[in-house]
Amino acid sequence: MIYFDNAATSWPKPPGVAEAMVHFINDVGANPGRSAHRLAVESGRIVYSAREAVAELFHAPDPLRIVFGHNVTEALNLALRGLLRPGDHVVTSSMEHNSVMRPLRALAHRGIELTVVPCSPEGFLDPAKVEAALRPNTTIIALNHASNVVGTLLPVSEVATIARQHGPLLLVDTAQTGGAYPVDVQADGIDLLAFTGHKSLCGPMGTGGLIVGERVDVKRMDPLKRGGTGSRSEHEEQPDFLPDMCESGTPNAVGLAGLDAGVREVLQRGVDAIRAHEMALTQRLIDGLKDIPGVIVYGGLDANRQTATVSFNIAGMEPSEAGLRLDDQHGIMCRVGLHCAPAAHKTIGTFPTGTVRFGMGLFNTLDQVDTAVDAVRQLAQEAQ
Amino acid sequence: MTEGKYTVILVHSTSYAIRAERVLNMAEIPSKLIPVPRHLSSDCGVCVRIDRENQEAALQALESAGVETIGIHEI
Repeated sequence: MIYFDNAATSWPKPPGVAEAMVHFINDVGANPGRSAHRLAVESGRIVYSAREAVAELFHAPDPLRIVFGHNVTEALNLALRGLLRPGDHVVTSSMEHNSVMRPLRALAHRGIELTVVPCSPEGFLDPAKVEAALRPNTTIIALNHASNVVGTLLPVSEVATIARQHGPLLLVDTAQTGGAYPVDVQADGIDLLAFTGHKSLCGPMGTGGLIVGERVDVKRMDPLKRGGTGSRSEHEEQPDFLPDMCESGTPNAVGLAGLDAGVREVLQRGVDAIRAHEMALTQRLIDGLKDIPGVIVYGGLDANRQTATVSFNIAGMEPSEAGLRLDDQHGIMCRVGLHCAPAAHKTIGTFPTGTVRFGMGLFNTLDQVDTAVDAVRQLAQEAQ
Repeated sequence: MTEGKYTVILVHSTSYAIRAERVLNMAEIPSKLIPVPRHLSSDCGVCVRIDRENQEAALQALESAGVETIGIHEI
């Protein structure tokens, strides 16, 4: 059995993740940030520890400027819906996931101007095109750090320099890079970093968040929801400080206990070491697939310029059929179709059919890559 | 002797209280997170209680670590 669907969610998780969650459920269990008894305080410490771990991973200077939520989608919605106002202009790329595209399309119906900068058919973005798209009222540039379809890395640092020169905030979706590729909010100039816990951060589903940089005017930020925070309870108005103002309601503390363990595993292994391992897997897969007659591999075909996510098609076989046969006949689990990113598929020329996507991760091996290449070769022969 | 006499430090929320606790631990100043005494605030959150004799050292440690406080009370 080969799990190649890490771009959707990573699996397996490091053993410490389940252990931390079991410990939380069995031995802690109380509501963090509400009561002040020993278990509530311990629960709060665990959530705070998760904040510190995430801050360390992304080099965020202040753990309390990390807003936890359910996933990267919620974080992206908070950044976009929380900060954009009618009359604002936002720039994004044509490689975005629907987690960015759908909120922006909805906002465009409510008076927000939107420019989608086209990327190359390999999925790369030219920073000069971003700069050319800026207007005096551009307030946010929203980019994914790497495509969830073909893994291509977008030039975040270069766009950050442009953002600092011209003023808009840079919002980066790190769903595909966080934990698998070095990300440094300070060195990379990221103002708003959205992350998800359940992919390369090795945590459970239901965890994610937004790192809010110093250039963001928090007082202007509109929370997605309002309610109890455990703080300022005498007021019927929402608190105006982070993270409480954006964290109403009981959090997924058991999930955050798991996230804490997952991120600490990543930190212990080292992002650079994880990246080196995944690059080796990626280049081996690309080189193996591209030599198979009838197989088209998308993207830049260079592990240096992408994450461990590789999309391809087999001539004469629909992606859905390929996915079924890979699972049934070869025990290889992957994701086929459009991957919630129609714009990206239009960019690389695979809309509306989609692709077969192998999303590799920390726990995959070169032997698994070789087995998968052999399986695709067999399917390609069957398709002819 | 000031044994049994305490100072409580009020902060924005539990997250800030835990941050304060970490800073005080590092500075080897004993602290305890307790419910905010009702006469100080109607908040439902926690605050940091320290021995009064450590008040000066604690406030210094918190300030140098950049931990914002919103009230200091002797109880």
